[in-house]
Amino acid sequence: MLDVDITGRVGAMELQAAFKSSGGVTSLFGQSGAGKTSLTNMIAGLLTPLRGRISVNGTTLFDAGKGINLSVQKRRVGHVFQDARLFPHLSVKANLTYARWAGRRPGTRDMDEVVDLLGLGNLLERMPGTLSGGEKQRVAIGRALLSDPRLLIMDEPLANLDQARRNDILPYLDRLCVEAGIPILYVSHSIEEVARLSNTLVILSEGTTPAFGPVADMLARTDLGKATGRHEAGGLLEGKVARINPDWGLTDVDIGGAVLQIPDMAAEVGDAVRLRIRARDVALALYPPEGLSIRNAFEATISSISSETGPYAEILCSVQGQTLRARITRASVADLDLYPGRNVTVLIKSVAIDRRQRTQMHGEGAKVPL
Amino acid sequence: MEFFSLQPGELQALLLTLKVAATALIVALPIAVLVAYLLARTRFAGHGIVNALVHLPLVLPPVVTGYVLLLTFGRKGAVGTFLENTLGFSFAFNWTGAALAAGVMAFPLMVRPIRISFETVDPKLEEAAKSLGAHRLTAFFTITLPLALPGVLGGAILGFAKAMGEFGATITFVSNIPGETRTLALALYTATQTPSGDLAAFRLTAIALVVAFAALIASELLVRRLRKRVGGGHA
Repeated sequence: MLDVDITGRVGAMELQAAFKSSGGVTSLFGQSGAGKTSLTNMIAGLLTPLRGRISVNGTTLFDAGKGINLSVQKRRVGHVFQDARLFPHLSVKANLTYARWAGRRPGTRDMDEVVDLLGLGNLLERMPGTLSGGEKQRVAIGRALLSDPRLLIMDEPLANLDQARRNDILPYLDRLCVEAGIPILYVSHSIEEVARLSNTLVILSEGTTPAFGPVADMLARTDLGKATGRHEAGGLLEGKVARINPDWGLTDVDIGGAVLQIPDMAAEVGDAVRLRIRARDVALALYPPEGLSIRNAFEATISSISSETGPYAEILCSVQGQTLRARITRASVADLDLYPGRNVTVLIKSVAIDRRQRTQMHGEGAKVPL
Repeated sequence: MEFFSLQPGELQALLLTLKVAATALIVALPIAVLVAYLLARTRFAGHGIVNALVHLPLVLPPVVTGYVLLLTFGRKGAVGTFLENTLGFSFAFNWTGAALAAGVMAFPLMVRPIRISFETVDPKLEEAAKSLGAHRLTAFFTITLPLALPGVLGGAILGFAKAMGEFGATITFVSNIPGETRTLALALYTATQTPSGDLAAFRLTAIALVVAFAALIASELLVRRLRKRVGGGHA
């Protein structure tokens, strides 16, 4: 439970942020310069807001009205910085245990389990200068986890890494987000990471928070195009792995009635998965098509159409209670006579769903403490 | 063989010099570290004045510094009288005065490299330490100071060297008393002022050279070891 409602000023920028999150992973999403780092620094206690309040799981960290302003040391906010900030003169092990020997936070989390979770076993005796970027971030995450935090802030932990390193570290983040057992505030300007990891999405734009809510709802909203970035717009579908066809290399995912076939998916029957489908990879047809190479076609109902000026229209479709987003030309909307409430067939190119946009679902039942 | 062994007067001067320089270093170094840290990391009212005061002995003629010390800490000086009356302690014309003069003269040479090395330590590391629960002082002793250690060591070596060779302020403040304030530099000066002192001056010069050389080599080895420990791509 994270509850933030603050006004602050950093340099020339006014920051006005208000959001609530029920726990799990909350993503703070915004373009560079939107004020993400300033906001996290205020939550961590490195900067002081002018007004407002911040609380985590019922503990007030800051309340201007009541004159409460816990120091950085007392906030117990684990902070994973974009640049890792490992202590270069200390071994990985001494870095990991820093909060215990220097911060006097004995903590309840078992060191071995954290080492295991993040795959740090054979790095313990190394010096930070000899680690790769991805290894450094994993150590930084472990160090923050072992500081007995009530909230874990991860400030763009992948921003300084190349794509290969990101792919190395993302599976660790998947596990961490499910198993950490504490609320996580994940800062990012990558909609892919946000869609993959988070439960709640908070949009930050020019120092304000215009919207926040469950991640699937937020991604389906067409009015946030400017903040989420037009090119990356898409919807989330959650489902379960129903069947695996090894002959064709396809996995059937049941999204509650309809079945999607996904190639090359590392999953087992029964796994809960989250699929992100970009709006530009979805096409609409009035009737189920024949003689088409696209495998994923199913019934849906148009719930809204928003056309701006320009060639494209954003269409939200309801599929078995979930929302899918499509971007087609305004001309097509007119030609096909599409209107809200009309039943259509949505077509999704199988290849549009790649590995990086799938993740384990973060249902409350899946959460186990470390 | 007798030529190569130290004569009593020489040994006395050498031991006195080491005692004076070591005392100056031990007392002045922690103060230098503190002042260097404040100058590097904080901006307070009078920052510029403190900075100028620290560097004053570097630009003043040493005789002036010695004379100011005499006026302040001498028998008739305000601080000198106070110390004499309250603690029964006096800097005047004994080796502690020589150590004070050496410490004051060496101070700016210590502060400078230490300050520079503090400035190269990323203050964000201290933020990280605090977010892990460390208090400011703990963060200083576990992160900032160890990372600045090569610079602290450099400052210490420079300060020790300066303290060993200090001449002008020492002779002005506490005079040239054998066994009390006559360090190597002062003994050498005395020898050059004696008509038949050429051999004595030469021997003292040789001693100074050997001591200086040994100190330089030892410090170089130490700095190398430190750099290696700080490790990897960082150094």
